[in-house]
Amino acid sequence: MPAGVVAGFFGIRPNYLSTVDLAGASGCSMIDQAIAAVESGRCEVALCVAGQNLLSNRSRSQAVQSMAERGSGHPQFEVPYGPLVPSLYALIAQRHMYEYGTKPEQLAEVAVTIRTHAGLNPNAHKKDPITVGDVLSSRMITSPLHVLDCAIVSDGAAAAVVTRADRARDLRKSPVYLLGSGYGLRHGYVGDAECLTTSGAVDSGRTAFRKSGLGPKDIDVAEIYDCFTITVIVELEDLGFCPKGEGGRFVENGNIGLGGQLPVTTHGGLLSGGHPGLGGGFFHVLEAVRQLRGEAGGRQVPKVEVALAHGNGGVVSVHCTLILGNAEN
Amino acid sequence: MTSLPKPLPAPDPATSEYWEGAKQGELRLPKCRDCGKFHFYPRTLCPHCGSVNLEWKNCSGRGVVYSYTVVHRAPSPAFEADVPYVVAVIALEEGPHLMSSIINVPADRVRVGENVRVTFRSAGSGDEMLPMFELG
Repeated sequence: MPAGVVAGFFGIRPNYLSTVDLAGASGCSMIDQAIAAVESGRCEVALCVAGQNLLSNRSRSQAVQSMAERGSGHPQFEVPYGPLVPSLYALIAQRHMYEYGTKPEQLAEVAVTIRTHAGLNPNAHKKDPITVGDVLSSRMITSPLHVLDCAIVSDGAAAAVVTRADRARDLRKSPVYLLGSGYGLRHGYVGDAECLTTSGAVDSGRTAFRKSGLGPKDIDVAEIYDCFTITVIVELEDLGFCPKGEGGRFVENGNIGLGGQLPVTTHGGLLSGGHPGLGGGFFHVLEAVRQLRGEAGGRQVPKVEVALAHGNGGVVSVHCTLILGNAEN
Repeated sequence: MTSLPKPLPAPDPATSEYWEGAKQGELRLPKCRDCGKFHFYPRTLCPHCGSVNLEWKNCSGRGVVYSYTVVHRAPSPAFEADVPYVVAVIALEEGPHLMSSIINVPADRVRVGENVRVTFRSAGSGDEMLPMFELG
Protein backbone atom coordinates (compact mmCIF):
# COMPACT_ATOMS: atom_id res chain seq x y z
CA MET A 1 0.00 0.00 0.00
CA PRO A 2 1.69 3.26 -1.07
CA ALA A 3 2.64 5.48 1.87
CA GLY A 4 0.97 8.49 0.25
CA VAL A 5 -2.42 6.76 0.16
CA VAL A 6 -2.19 5.86 3.86
CA ALA A 7 -1.08 9.35 4.88
CA GLY A 8 -3.80 10.91 2.74
CA PHE A 9 -6.47 8.66 4.28
CA PHE A 10 -5.53 9.76 7.80
CA GLY A 11 -5.15 13.42 6.83
CA ILE A 12 -1.49 13.35 7.88
CA ARG A 13 0.92 15.80 6.28
CA PRO A 14 4.15 13.96 6.87
CA ASN A 15 7.64 15.40 6.46
CA TYR A 16 8.96 11.98 5.42
CA LEU A 17 7.41 9.13 3.38
CA SER A 18 8.57 5.68 2.41
CA THR A 19 6.89 2.65 0.90
CA VAL A 20 8.62 -0.59 1.89
CA ASP A 21 7.84 -3.77 0.03
CA LEU A 22 10.06 -6.68 0.96
CA ALA A 23 7.07 -9.01 0.80
CA GLY A 24 6.97 -11.12 3.99
CA ALA A 25 9.95 -9.23 5.42
CA SER A 26 8.14 -5.88 5.11
CA GLY A 27 6.85 -5.74 8.69
CA CYS A 28 10.27 -6.24 10.26
CA SER A 29 11.92 -3.99 7.71
CA MET A 30 9.42 -1.15 8.13
CA ILE A 31 10.23 -0.97 11.84
CA ASP A 32 13.95 -0.98 11.09
CA GLN A 33 13.68 1.66 8.38
CA ALA A 34 11.38 3.85 10.48
CA ILE A 35 13.98 3.76 13.26
CA ALA A 36 16.65 4.78 10.75
CA ALA A 37 14.44 7.69 9.64
CA VAL A 38 13.87 8.81 13.25
CA GLU A 39 17.54 8.46 14.17
CA SER A 40 18.64 10.47 11.14
CA GLY A 41 16.21 13.28 12.05
CA ARG A 42 14.02 12.88 8.94
CA CYS A 43 11.00 12.54 11.19
CA GLU A 44 10.17 12.40 14.88
CA VAL A 45 7.32 9.92 14.89
CA ALA A 46 6.76 7.29 12.19
CA LEU A 47 3.55 5.38 11.56
CA CYS A 48 4.22 1.99 9.93
CA VAL A 49 1.21 0.37 8.28
CA ALA A 50 0.73 -2.79 6.23
CA GLY A 51 -2.48 -4.42 5.15
CA GLN A 52 -4.02 -6.38 2.33
CA ASN A 53 -7.33 -8.07 1.67
CA LEU A 54 -6.26 -11.35 0.10
CA LEU A 55 -9.55 -13.10 0.74
CA SER A 56 -12.35 -10.64 0.03
CA ASN A 57 -13.87 -10.00 -3.38
CA ARG A 58 -12.42 -13.11 -4.97
CA SER A 59 -12.54 -16.87 -4.53
CA ARG A 60 -9.75 -18.83 -2.87
CA SER A 61 -9.00 -20.40 -6.28
CA GLN A 62 -8.58 -16.96 -7.83
CA ALA A 63 -6.23 -16.00 -4.99
CA VAL A 64 -4.20 -19.20 -5.52
CA GLN A 65 -3.95 -18.61 -9.29
CA SER A 66 -3.04 -14.95 -8.92
CA MET A 67 -0.28 -15.76 -6.43
CA ALA A 68 1.06 -18.60 -8.61
CA GLU A 69 1.23 -16.49 -11.78
CA ARG A 70 2.23 -13.11 -10.37
CA GLY A 71 3.80 -14.13 -7.08
CA SER A 72 7.21 -15.51 -6.32
CA GLY A 73 8.00 -17.60 -9.41
CA HIS A 74 10.10 -16.31 -12.33
CA PRO A 75 7.57 -15.38 -15.04
CA GLN A 76 9.61 -16.92 -17.89
CA PHE A 77 11.59 -19.71 -16.26
CA GLU A 78 9.31 -21.02 -13.50
CA VAL A 79 5.63 -20.06 -13.93
CA PRO A 80 5.23 -21.98 -17.27
CA TYR A 81 5.92 -25.26 -15.41
CA GLY A 82 2.88 -24.77 -13.19
CA PRO A 83 4.26 -24.48 -9.65
CA LEU A 84 1.94 -23.21 -6.96
CA VAL A 85 3.54 -20.84 -4.47
CA PRO A 86 3.47 -23.82 -2.04
CA SER A 87 5.38 -25.89 -4.65
CA LEU A 88 8.33 -23.51 -4.35
CA TYR A 89 8.46 -24.26 -0.61
CA ALA A 90 7.83 -27.95 -1.24
CA LEU A 91 11.09 -28.00 -3.23
CA ILE A 92 12.87 -26.71 -0.12
CA ALA A 93 11.10 -29.26 2.10
CA GLN A 94 11.92 -32.19 -0.21
CA ARG A 95 15.60 -31.24 -0.35
CA HIS A 96 15.69 -30.77 3.45
CA MET A 97 14.19 -34.24 3.87
CA TYR A 98 16.78 -35.67 1.48
CA GLU A 99 19.78 -34.01 3.12
CA TYR A 100 18.81 -34.27 6.77
CA GLY A 101 16.14 -36.93 7.07
CA THR A 102 13.46 -34.44 8.12
CA LYS A 103 10.09 -36.19 8.36
CA PRO A 104 6.56 -35.13 7.35
CA GLU A 105 5.56 -35.71 11.00
CA GLN A 106 8.09 -33.06 12.06
CA LEU A 107 6.69 -30.56 9.55
CA ALA A 108 3.25 -31.38 10.93
CA GLU A 109 4.43 -30.66 14.50
CA VAL A 110 5.03 -27.05 13.46
CA ALA A 111 1.45 -26.68 12.20
CA VAL A 112 0.03 -28.32 15.33
CA THR A 113 2.00 -26.14 17.77
CA ILE A 114 1.20 -22.92 15.94
CA ARG A 115 -2.51 -23.88 15.77
CA THR A 116 -2.44 -24.39 19.53
CA HIS A 117 -1.09 -20.85 19.88
CA ALA A 118 -3.81 -19.50 17.56
CA GLY A 119 -6.40 -21.11 19.83
CA LEU A 120 -5.21 -18.75 22.57
CA ASN A 121 -5.43 -15.65 20.36
CA PRO A 122 -8.96 -14.19 20.16
CA ASN A 123 -8.06 -12.49 16.85
CA ALA A 124 -6.80 -15.63 15.12
CA HIS A 125 -8.46 -16.81 11.90
CA LYS A 126 -8.28 -20.59 12.60
CA LYS A 127 -8.55 -21.72 16.23
CA ASP A 128 -9.76 -25.35 16.22
CA PRO A 129 -7.04 -27.65 17.54
CA ILE A 130 -5.41 -30.08 15.08
CA THR A 131 -3.21 -33.17 15.49
CA VAL A 132 -0.22 -34.47 13.58
CA GLY A 133 -2.59 -37.09 12.13
CA ASP A 134 -4.93 -34.33 10.93
CA VAL A 135 -2.07 -32.60 9.10
CA LEU A 136 -0.81 -35.83 7.49
CA SER A 137 -4.29 -36.86 6.38
CA SER A 138 -5.21 -33.40 5.08
CA ARG A 139 -5.24 -32.93 1.32
CA MET A 140 -1.83 -33.27 -0.35
CA ILE A 141 -1.26 -30.02 -2.24
CA THR A 142 2.29 -30.33 -3.54
CA SER A 143 4.36 -33.07 -1.97
CA PRO A 144 5.50 -33.17 0.75
CA LEU A 145 3.23 -30.26 1.78
CA HIS A 146 -0.38 -30.91 2.80
CA VAL A 147 -2.98 -28.17 2.98
CA LEU A 148 -2.36 -27.84 6.74
CA ASP A 149 1.37 -27.26 6.06
CA CYS A 150 0.39 -24.08 4.20
CA ALA A 151 -0.51 -20.58 5.34
CA ILE A 152 -4.14 -19.59 5.18
CA VAL A 153 -5.46 -16.67 3.09
CA SER A 154 -6.92 -13.78 5.07
CA ASP A 155 -7.82 -10.11 5.17
CA GLY A 156 -6.05 -7.92 7.69
CA ALA A 157 -3.74 -5.09 8.57
CA ALA A 158 -1.20 -4.15 11.19
CA ALA A 159 0.40 -0.91 12.36
CA ALA A 160 3.03 0.33 14.77
CA VAL A 161 4.30 3.72 15.93
CA VAL A 162 8.05 4.30 16.07
CA THR A 163 9.78 7.20 17.79
CA ARG A 164 12.89 8.12 19.80
CA ALA A 165 13.37 6.45 23.18
CA ASP A 166 13.25 9.78 25.06
CA ARG A 167 10.03 10.76 23.26
CA ALA A 168 8.47 7.35 24.07
CA ARG A 169 9.14 7.45 27.81
CA ASP A 170 6.02 9.39 28.79
CA LEU A 171 3.64 7.62 26.38
CA ARG A 172 0.76 5.57 27.75
CA LYS A 173 2.18 2.27 26.50
CA SER A 174 5.55 1.11 27.75
CA PRO A 175 8.12 1.28 24.96
CA VAL A 176 9.79 -1.66 23.29
CA TYR A 177 13.34 -1.09 22.07
CA LEU A 178 15.10 -2.31 18.94
CA LEU A 179 18.32 -3.96 20.12
CA GLY A 180 19.57 -5.17 16.76
CA SER A 181 18.49 -5.78 13.18
CA GLY A 182 19.89 -7.43 10.09
CA TYR A 183 19.13 -8.31 6.50
CA GLY A 184 20.07 -11.19 4.24
CA LEU A 185 19.48 -12.49 0.72
CA ARG A 186 21.09 -15.49 -0.95
CA HIS A 187 18.88 -15.97 -4.01
CA GLY A 188 16.24 -14.16 -6.04
CA TYR A 189 14.38 -17.22 -7.27
CA VAL A 190 14.11 -20.74 -5.91
CA GLY A 191 14.84 -22.35 -9.29
CA ASP A 192 18.36 -21.03 -9.59
CA ALA A 193 19.32 -20.93 -5.89
CA GLU A 194 22.64 -22.64 -5.28
CA CYS A 195 21.35 -24.10 -2.03
CA LEU A 196 17.73 -24.53 -0.95
CA THR A 197 18.30 -25.66 2.62
CA THR A 198 20.32 -22.70 3.97
CA SER A 199 18.87 -19.20 3.58
CA GLY A 200 19.78 -15.55 3.99
CA ALA A 201 18.39 -15.83 7.54
CA VAL A 202 21.93 -16.92 8.47
CA ASP A 203 23.15 -13.45 7.52
CA SER A 204 20.22 -11.42 8.88
CA GLY A 205 20.34 -13.29 12.19
CA ARG A 206 24.10 -13.02 12.57
CA THR A 207 24.00 -9.25 11.99
CA ALA A 208 21.06 -8.71 14.35
CA PHE A 209 22.69 -10.75 17.12
CA ARG A 210 26.04 -9.01 16.67
CA LYS A 211 24.46 -5.55 16.89
CA SER A 212 22.48 -6.49 19.98
CA GLY A 213 25.38 -8.21 21.71
CA LEU A 214 23.03 -11.13 22.35
CA GLY A 215 22.82 -14.70 21.10
CA PRO A 216 20.10 -17.26 20.39
CA LYS A 217 20.21 -18.46 24.03
CA ASP A 218 19.13 -14.99 25.20
CA ILE A 219 15.86 -15.08 23.21
CA ASP A 220 12.76 -15.71 25.35
CA VAL A 221 10.28 -15.93 22.48
CA ALA A 222 10.84 -16.11 18.69
CA GLU A 223 8.14 -14.81 16.34
CA ILE A 224 9.32 -16.57 13.21
CA TYR A 225 7.77 -16.18 9.77
CA ASP A 226 5.72 -19.31 9.11
CA CYS A 227 4.24 -19.17 5.61
CA PHE A 228 4.80 -22.94 5.46
CA THR A 229 5.86 -25.47 8.08
CA ILE A 230 9.26 -26.00 6.40
CA THR A 231 9.97 -22.25 6.62
CA VAL A 232 10.00 -22.42 10.42
CA ILE A 233 12.37 -25.41 10.46
CA VAL A 234 14.88 -23.79 8.07
CA GLU A 235 14.75 -20.44 9.91
CA LEU A 236 15.22 -22.00 13.35
CA GLU A 237 18.41 -23.58 12.01
CA ASP A 238 19.62 -20.52 10.11
CA LEU A 239 19.01 -18.16 13.03
CA GLY A 240 21.18 -20.41 15.20
CA PHE A 241 18.57 -21.92 17.54
CA CYS A 242 19.76 -25.41 16.54
CA PRO A 243 22.43 -26.85 14.24
CA LYS A 244 21.74 -27.12 10.50
CA GLY A 245 19.68 -30.21 9.81
CA GLU A 246 18.40 -30.50 13.40
CA GLY A 247 15.31 -28.30 12.88
CA GLY A 248 12.99 -31.27 12.48
CA ARG A 249 14.03 -32.74 15.83
CA PHE A 250 14.02 -29.27 17.46
CA VAL A 251 10.28 -28.76 16.83
CA GLU A 252 9.26 -32.14 18.30
CA ASN A 253 7.68 -32.78 21.71
CA GLY A 254 6.26 -29.30 22.16
CA ASN A 255 9.72 -27.75 22.16
CA ILE A 256 8.51 -24.67 20.22
CA GLY A 257 5.23 -24.44 22.14
CA LEU A 258 4.32 -22.46 25.24
CA GLY A 259 6.31 -24.04 28.06
CA GLY A 260 8.86 -25.43 25.59
CA GLN A 261 12.51 -24.52 25.26
CA LEU A 262 11.71 -21.77 22.72
CA PRO A 263 8.10 -20.66 22.23
CA VAL A 264 7.74 -19.83 18.51
CA THR A 265 5.15 -17.71 16.70
CA THR A 266 2.92 -17.46 19.73
CA HIS A 267 0.05 -15.55 18.05
CA GLY A 268 -0.73 -18.36 15.61
CA GLY A 269 1.30 -16.96 12.74
CA LEU A 270 0.43 -17.22 9.08
CA LEU A 271 -0.42 -20.92 9.37
CA SER A 272 -3.40 -20.27 11.66
CA GLY A 273 -3.50 -16.67 12.92
CA GLY A 274 -3.97 -15.09 9.51
CA HIS A 275 -2.08 -14.21 6.34
CA PRO A 276 -3.14 -10.93 4.76
CA GLY A 277 -0.05 -10.57 2.54
CA LEU A 278 2.21 -7.73 3.69
CA GLY A 279 0.31 -7.41 6.96
CA GLY A 280 0.98 -11.08 7.72
CA GLY A 281 4.66 -10.64 8.47
CA PHE A 282 3.89 -7.53 10.54
CA PHE A 283 1.82 -9.54 13.04
CA HIS A 284 5.01 -11.30 14.13
CA VAL A 285 6.49 -7.94 15.14
CA LEU A 286 3.31 -6.95 16.98
CA GLU A 287 3.28 -10.25 18.84
CA ALA A 288 6.89 -9.73 19.92
CA VAL A 289 5.87 -6.30 21.27
CA ARG A 290 2.84 -7.76 23.10
CA GLN A 291 4.96 -10.52 24.63
CA LEU A 292 7.53 -7.95 25.79
CA ARG A 293 4.79 -5.81 27.35
CA GLY A 294 3.10 -8.77 29.00
CA GLU A 295 -0.07 -8.15 26.97
CA ALA A 296 -0.35 -11.58 25.31
CA GLY A 297 -3.12 -12.91 27.57
CA GLY A 298 -3.54 -16.68 27.61
CA ARG A 299 -0.51 -17.17 25.38
CA GLN A 300 1.85 -14.96 27.42
CA VAL A 301 5.30 -16.44 27.86
CA PRO A 302 6.52 -15.77 31.43
CA LYS A 303 9.27 -13.20 32.02
CA VAL A 304 9.94 -12.12 28.45
CA GLU A 305 12.83 -9.66 28.26
CA VAL A 306 14.14 -10.27 24.75
CA ALA A 307 12.13 -11.31 21.70
CA LEU A 308 13.12 -12.05 18.13
CA ALA A 309 10.93 -11.30 15.11
CA HIS A 310 11.89 -12.65 11.73
CA GLY A 311 10.32 -12.01 8.34
CA ASN A 312 11.09 -13.58 5.00
CA GLY A 313 9.92 -12.49 1.59
CA GLY A 314 10.00 -14.04 -1.84
CA VAL A 315 10.63 -17.72 -1.35
CA VAL A 316 12.98 -17.78 1.64
CA SER A 317 14.76 -15.06 -0.28
CA VAL A 318 14.67 -11.64 1.48
CA HIS A 319 15.22 -11.81 5.23
CA CYS A 320 14.94 -9.27 8.02
CA THR A 321 15.56 -10.10 11.68
CA LEU A 322 14.72 -7.82 14.61
CA ILE A 323 15.82 -8.33 18.20
CA LEU A 324 13.56 -6.41 20.54
CA GLY A 325 13.74 -5.83 24.27
CA ASN A 326 11.71 -4.18 27.01
CA ALA A 327 14.79 -2.35 28.29
CA GLU A 328 17.39 -0.32 26.42
CA ASN A 329 20.64 -2.06 25.58
CA MET B 1 -12.48 -29.87 -25.84
CA THR B 2 -9.79 -27.29 -26.48
CA SER B 3 -7.22 -26.95 -23.73
CA LEU B 4 -7.01 -23.74 -21.77
CA PRO B 5 -3.97 -21.56 -22.42
CA LYS B 6 -1.10 -22.01 -20.00
CA PRO B 7 1.13 -19.11 -19.00
CA LEU B 8 3.72 -18.85 -21.78
CA PRO B 9 7.24 -17.48 -21.47
CA ALA B 10 7.52 -14.01 -22.98
CA PRO B 11 11.11 -13.82 -24.32
CA ASP B 12 13.01 -10.55 -24.02
CA PRO B 13 16.33 -9.48 -25.58
CA ALA B 14 18.31 -11.08 -22.71
CA THR B 15 16.52 -14.43 -22.98
CA SER B 16 15.43 -14.86 -26.61
CA GLU B 17 18.48 -17.01 -27.44
CA TYR B 18 17.41 -19.49 -24.75
CA TRP B 19 13.91 -19.82 -26.19
CA GLU B 20 15.20 -19.90 -29.79
CA GLY B 21 17.46 -22.81 -28.75
CA ALA B 22 14.51 -24.62 -27.21
CA LYS B 23 12.63 -24.40 -30.52
CA GLN B 24 15.60 -26.10 -32.15
CA GLY B 25 15.88 -28.80 -29.50
CA GLU B 26 18.95 -27.28 -27.82
CA LEU B 27 19.45 -26.22 -24.22
CA ARG B 28 21.54 -23.05 -24.45
CA LEU B 29 22.96 -21.32 -21.40
CA PRO B 30 24.79 -18.04 -20.99
CA LYS B 31 28.48 -18.36 -20.10
CA CYS B 32 30.77 -15.57 -18.94
CA ARG B 33 33.80 -14.98 -21.18
CA ASP B 34 35.65 -13.36 -18.26
CA CYS B 35 35.16 -15.73 -15.32
CA GLY B 36 34.27 -18.78 -17.40
CA LYS B 37 31.16 -19.67 -15.35
CA PHE B 38 27.71 -20.57 -16.63
CA HIS B 39 24.68 -18.96 -15.05
CA PHE B 40 20.92 -19.34 -15.00
CA TYR B 41 18.44 -17.68 -15.44
CA PRO B 42 19.74 -15.74 -18.48
CA ARG B 43 20.27 -12.01 -17.85
CA THR B 44 22.31 -9.12 -19.19
CA LEU B 45 25.29 -9.65 -16.87
CA CYS B 46 27.16 -12.43 -15.11
CA PRO B 47 25.88 -12.74 -11.52
CA HIS B 48 29.22 -14.29 -10.47
CA CYS B 49 31.52 -11.42 -11.53
CA GLY B 50 29.35 -8.64 -12.99
CA SER B 51 30.82 -8.89 -16.49
CA VAL B 52 28.61 -8.16 -19.49
CA ASN B 53 30.96 -10.13 -21.75
CA LEU B 54 28.69 -13.16 -22.21
CA GLU B 55 28.28 -15.88 -24.81
CA TRP B 56 25.72 -18.62 -25.37
CA LYS B 57 26.78 -22.28 -25.22
CA ASN B 58 24.88 -25.43 -26.03
CA CYS B 59 24.75 -27.65 -22.93
CA SER B 60 24.81 -31.39 -22.58
CA GLY B 61 21.23 -31.35 -21.32
CA ARG B 62 22.25 -33.77 -18.56
CA GLY B 63 21.88 -33.26 -14.86
CA VAL B 64 20.49 -34.68 -11.63
CA VAL B 65 17.29 -34.03 -9.70
CA TYR B 66 18.27 -31.52 -6.97
CA SER B 67 14.70 -31.42 -5.61
CA TYR B 68 11.15 -32.04 -6.80
CA THR B 69 7.51 -31.79 -5.82
CA VAL B 70 4.45 -33.60 -7.12
CA VAL B 71 1.74 -31.00 -7.71
CA HIS B 72 -1.71 -32.37 -6.85
CA ARG B 73 -3.67 -29.12 -6.88
CA ALA B 74 -3.37 -27.14 -10.13
CA PRO B 75 -2.55 -23.42 -9.84
CA SER B 76 -5.10 -22.65 -12.58
CA PRO B 77 -7.64 -24.49 -14.73
CA ALA B 78 -5.04 -24.77 -17.53
CA PHE B 79 -3.02 -27.25 -15.47
CA GLU B 80 -5.94 -29.32 -14.14
CA ALA B 81 -5.68 -32.03 -16.81
CA ASP B 82 -2.00 -32.55 -15.91
CA VAL B 83 -2.22 -33.32 -12.17
CA PRO B 84 -0.38 -35.01 -10.62
CA TYR B 85 2.72 -33.58 -12.31
CA VAL B 86 6.32 -33.09 -11.25
CA VAL B 87 7.96 -29.69 -10.84
CA ALA B 88 11.67 -30.12 -10.19
CA VAL B 89 14.92 -28.24 -9.74
CA ILE B 90 17.58 -29.78 -11.96
CA ALA B 91 21.29 -29.40 -11.18
CA LEU B 92 22.82 -29.25 -14.66
CA GLU B 93 26.18 -30.83 -15.44
CA GLU B 94 27.48 -27.35 -16.27
CA GLY B 95 26.68 -26.10 -12.75
CA PRO B 96 23.52 -23.97 -12.77
CA HIS B 97 20.21 -25.08 -11.29
CA LEU B 98 16.98 -24.59 -13.19
CA MET B 99 13.32 -25.27 -12.63
CA SER B 100 11.57 -27.63 -15.00
CA SER B 101 9.20 -30.59 -15.17
CA ILE B 102 10.04 -34.29 -15.23
CA ILE B 103 7.85 -36.07 -17.74
CA ASN B 104 7.27 -39.49 -19.29
CA VAL B 105 7.45 -41.21 -15.89
CA PRO B 106 4.86 -41.83 -13.15
CA ALA B 107 5.15 -38.92 -10.69
CA ASP B 108 5.79 -41.29 -7.75
CA ARG B 109 8.92 -42.72 -9.42
CA VAL B 110 10.94 -39.49 -9.21
CA ARG B 111 13.65 -39.23 -6.52
CA VAL B 112 16.27 -36.66 -5.54
CA GLY B 113 19.68 -37.50 -7.03
CA GLU B 114 18.41 -39.34 -10.12
CA ASN B 115 20.03 -38.67 -13.48
CA VAL B 116 17.93 -36.76 -15.99
CA ARG B 117 18.28 -35.57 -19.58
CA VAL B 118 16.56 -32.73 -21.37
CA THR B 119 13.68 -33.13 -23.79
CA PHE B 120 11.40 -30.50 -25.30
CA ARG B 121 7.67 -30.22 -25.24
CA SER B 122 5.31 -27.79 -26.94
CA ALA B 123 4.47 -24.91 -24.64
CA GLY B 124 0.94 -24.67 -26.03
CA SER B 125 -0.02 -23.01 -29.27
CA GLY B 126 2.55 -22.01 -31.89
CA ASP B 127 6.09 -23.35 -32.08
CA GLU B 128 7.20 -22.35 -28.57
CA MET B 129 8.95 -25.23 -26.80
CA LEU B 130 9.65 -25.71 -23.09
CA PRO B 131 12.72 -27.63 -21.90
CA MET B 132 11.63 -30.56 -19.73
CA PHE B 133 13.46 -33.58 -18.39
CA GLU B 134 13.20 -37.37 -18.46
CA LEU B 135 14.82 -39.88 -16.15
CA GLY B 136 17.90 -41.60 -17.54
